Amino acid sequence: MDHTDHDHAHDRHAPIEDREELTYYERRTWAIQALLVEKGVITADEVRQQIEAVDARTPADGAKVVARAWVDPAFKSRLLHDAKAAVTELGFDSGESPILVAVENTPKVHNVVVCTLCSCYPRALLGLPPDWYKSLSYRSRAVVDPRGVLQEFGLELEPDVEVRVYDSSADMRYLVVPARPPGTAHMSEAELASLVTRDSMIGVTKPRAPEQLTDLKAAAPA
Amino acid sequence: MAAKFQPGDRVRIRVGSPPGHFRTPAYVQGKTGVVEVLHGAFPNPESLAHGGDGLPKQFLYLVRFDQTSVWPHYLTTLQDKLLIDIYEHWLEPA
Repeated sequence: MDHTDHDHAHDRHAPIEDREELTYYERRTWAIQALLVEKGVITADEVRQQIEAVDARTPADGAKVVARAWVDPAFKSRLLHDAKAAVTELGFDSGESPILVAVENTPKVHNVVVCTLCSCYPRALLGLPPDWYKSLSYRSRAVVDPRGVLQEFGLELEPDVEVRVYDSSADMRYLVVPARPPGTAHMSEAELASLVTRDSMIGVTKPRAPEQLTDLKAAAPA
Repeated sequence: MAAKFQPGDRVRIRVGSPPGHFRTPAYVQGKTGVVEVLHGAFPNPESLAHGGDGLPKQFLYLVRFDQTSVWPHYLTTLQDKLLIDIYEHWLEPA
């Protein structure tokens, strides 16, 4: 078919980068990298490996931390007291920030995390932040109208729930420990971890319900 | 060097926009809150951002605000809170 008779819709996606000019900081980064490679301090392949490793991080480690907290009350209390030590105890990387703070959602308290100044995020445990987390809309509206934003994410909270917005704009990183969903008493720690999503650890939603897990399994290719 | 504030203390966030990098968003400047946690002392990011050594270290606090005291239109029947980390040189007793 001649491609000029355009009767099909193209996929919508983010614009493909096509500008030729580098920004100031891109030029600076490239210059520093080129010097370090030239002097033999690092190799280009090491830089590539590091980028690949950062990009490969997922929320899986965070989910395992939360699942452990759900099954082990002593661990949960250590996690809420000193999250960096507790995460390290499980053998996970807690990231470069000096302090990691875990905050617990309960039936009466709902925590949600934003960074209004930039995009501070517990990347070691959750991977790269979603695009919306870095958007001006989320960053500005999450502090001024958190309930409205949560509603847009599909989460309606009762008026007697205290919504606590953490603006993590300094050296701390915040991880939300969502409340364990009802009907999960029979589940193993690994099964529980699969209920814990990225968004539930940012605090814009609750964990998956156990029924949703069954639906996911049914939908997965054999 | 001792921390000026302890958990429970009422603090006001200073108002200002110094040249260069700072971590105190405009929307909390001038507002009054309560120290929730004293995190410890950390190299000053306003110095680090411009090639400085970050010294003297600054105490960093988690400060809690009632949302109704931050935003004039926030529904007053709600107990919602805003929590934000602020360095000591941005705080004054309230």
